[in-house]
Amino acid sequence: MKNRNATKPRNYPLSELQSHNPDHVLEIVLETVLQFLTSRRDRNAASLVCKSWWRTDALTRSELFISNCYAISPRRVVSRFSRILSVTIKGKPRLADFDMLPADWGAHFSQWLTAFSTAYPWLEKVHLKRMSVTDDDLSLLGDSFAAFKELVLVSCEGFGTPGLAAVATKCRLLRVLDLEESLVDINVSDYSGIVDWISCFPEGETHLESLVFDSVFSPINLEALEKLVARSPSLKRLRVNGHVKIFHLYRLMHIAPHLTDLGTGSFDVPEDTEDDELVFESPFAASKSLVCLSGFRDILPEYLPDIYPVCGNLTFLDFQYADIIDTDQIKSVVSRCHKLQTLWVRDAIFDEGLQVVAQTCKDLRELRVYHLHASDGVEAPVSEVGLEAISRGCRKLQYIMFFCQRMTNAAVVALSRNCPNLVVFRLCIIGRYMPDALTQPPMDEGVGAIVMNCKKLTRLDVSGFLTDRAFSYIGKYGKLIRTLSVNFAGDTDLGLKNVLQGCTNLQKLEIRDGPFGDGALCCGLQHFYNMRFLWMSSCKVTRQACQAIAQTLPHLVLEVINTAQDPVDDVELLYMYRSLDKPRDDAPKLVTVLH
Amino acid sequence: MEVVVGMKKEKMEFDETELRLGIGSTKASEEVVRKRGFSETENHDDDDDENTTMDLMLNLSSKEASGEVDPNDKIKNLQKEKTLLPDPAKPPTKTQVVGWPPVRSYRKNMLAMQKSSTNFGDESEKNNAISFVKVSMDGAPYLRKVDLKMYKSYSQLSDSLGKMFSSFTIGNCESQGMKDFMNESKLMDLLNNSDYVPTYEDKDGDWMLVGDVPWEMFVESCKRLRIMKGKEAIGIAPRAMEKCKNRR
Repeated sequence: MKNRNATKPRNYPLSELQSHNPDHVLEIVLETVLQFLTSRRDRNAASLVCKSWWRTDALTRSELFISNCYAISPRRVVSRFSRILSVTIKGKPRLADFDMLPADWGAHFSQWLTAFSTAYPWLEKVHLKRMSVTDDDLSLLGDSFAAFKELVLVSCEGFGTPGLAAVATKCRLLRVLDLEESLVDINVSDYSGIVDWISCFPEGETHLESLVFDSVFSPINLEALEKLVARSPSLKRLRVNGHVKIFHLYRLMHIAPHLTDLGTGSFDVPEDTEDDELVFESPFAASKSLVCLSGFRDILPEYLPDIYPVCGNLTFLDFQYADIIDTDQIKSVVSRCHKLQTLWVRDAIFDEGLQVVAQTCKDLRELRVYHLHASDGVEAPVSEVGLEAISRGCRKLQYIMFFCQRMTNAAVVALSRNCPNLVVFRLCIIGRYMPDALTQPPMDEGVGAIVMNCKKLTRLDVSGFLTDRAFSYIGKYGKLIRTLSVNFAGDTDLGLKNVLQGCTNLQKLEIRDGPFGDGALCCGLQHFYNMRFLWMSSCKVTRQACQAIAQTLPHLVLEVINTAQDPVDDVELLYMYRSLDKPRDDAPKLVTVLH
Repeated sequence: MEVVVGMKKEKMEFDETELRLGIGSTKASEEVVRKRGFSETENHDDDDDENTTMDLMLNLSSKEASGEVDPNDKIKNLQKEKTLLPDPAKPPTKTQVVGWPPVRSYRKNMLAMQKSSTNFGDESEKNNAISFVKVSMDGAPYLRKVDLKMYKSYSQLSDSLGKMFSSFTIGNCESQGMKDFMNESKLMDLLNNSDYVPTYEDKDGDWMLVGDVPWEMFVESCKRLRIMKGKEAIGIAPRAMEKCKNRR
């Protein structure tokens, strides 16, 4: 008996247990057991069992995940969950990243912060994606949470260096400050309002483990950065911005030799450097711990060989911003990366570069081939040839994102056969409505092969010339698909119908420039409550239909952007999502919220 | 047939000249929006002020053009287009559409800012203390530069210089260096035995042997380094010793 008590997280003497009624004992046991459930999906399931399980989950859940900031109100969240330590909130839909929403669309963090600041004083972590965050928000954050440890802002905007300074000053226990793809200070044109936020970190040893500021545009105090790094013994991840040139970077690497993740900043020398040859002793040779490398914003190709010594250890390489280097130089790097698992690269790698990847990177799980801007005169730097080579060489591939100008069904089919573990397939054929480059039929068979052979597929992003057939394949075989993006594809309403009726796990559906209309939309009525959102832009959906759906399904919010006067005309954009609260009141004028 | 083809061609031209930008509203938000890069797309030839206005109509117009064509016809048109050989000056892949190809505005902005930010960057860098000194070696065709603050001792500097200029020895220049230089005969041995010897020009403009002062003092006072042939450096030695005596 005594032993059993000793193993419980809370010590209940036997006498106390015996005096409580059985239900209370059950609750205590439940609480203990639920503590081991960390996955939110498991917890969601547990909370549906009965009222007491719901209550126990509400009392013990420590991580909050809100996938759509407008699906629920802050007030409702804080009244249900009382002991939250970590919060993740996602705001704008993904296509906002491509300038498809007005700037003042919404997703403001302020109202959430106001609720959290009183309800969760022990909050430690905040992760935000595509939210609008102000300097005042960051200051309030620092003031409200004494134990704050982790701030991750992905694709957020609205704040600048004053906000960063507030966080640095006030969050004394800060471990993680990650600003990923968040355009900080983009509005600033003369840097006179810049705050030296790096100097704001407290004196003495810091707890910093990760500092990512490669997207901060303004210059930083390099001397202060060196001192900060020198007094941050736990620092493992450091990604600097383009104002940090090579010699500063190398100094930082000398000061922090145990970094595992490095963002190199510009990897360039300042413009006033004389013609004398500059030689810096490369600290990469001495680095045993570096496994992730990124940055290279302005890379000077002569310095590329400096990184060769670490290539053999790298598991993650982000080369997407390395603008100036050519295929041979990219090849010289990837040919040394035998352990690489994730590679992000530009299409300047060419098919021949992809062949080198296929030969070398046998452990590759994720490949993203980006396209920055049209290379003048270059027809198709990467194509079906490169894709097929990758499929033959990198059998463990799970995630592929491929921008190209030409593709064939055969190559996609080969990929589906050689890499059956694919979870994410994103193919962007840049020319719209492009058919099979060799044989001219639509790209239907390729898409079909992917959904048929890759049985773990959860995310699909298609483009190119696709007919209803492709969508019937998707509906028939894509049972695990949660995210589907359709770009400039489709034939008739039947396509969308098949998807809505067939893809039982569909959560997020994005369609742009498709032929689908009201008829297809209405086929999804039974499914919309199961979905996180639906995005349809430049399709054939009318305002009338949107209104009708809004009235039929009370918990569905339809946000419409539409300038046409006649409700029978097509709307430019329909963004639809489920919501447990009344619709938002912070939408810009352009957006009409139907409910 | 011809009519259909004609429409298609018309659409292409229409596409090319119209710049499709973001969705916008009033003038006020337009200002803000422009700064935020909401409307920016790269790589279009017809870039003028007019194109930066947020005009919803533009987005609509592409639909109008395509809306007139029944989806099936559209596909047939495109198949025809393939055989028509598009005008090389206006490849279809370069027509401007909002958010296509999907390059995130973050990435576009990063590129744009990269180019302009270097100007501002230099301002701040001048304020940071970087002690670069030029290193020349007799007989070598060009100068190098080293950042003395990268090293913590003479032996580290020695290693690094050794890698850069692989055929010389710095000799034993540790803290005992001071004592060694006091011993004239030992010094002469050293200089006679090694091919090259590092010397430096200090704040006063005097040429000194590297190693005769504590490291920190060396970093403060060194203005440039010269790796001389050992025999030539002999002339420096007495001066170095005298200076050491004076410092004492």
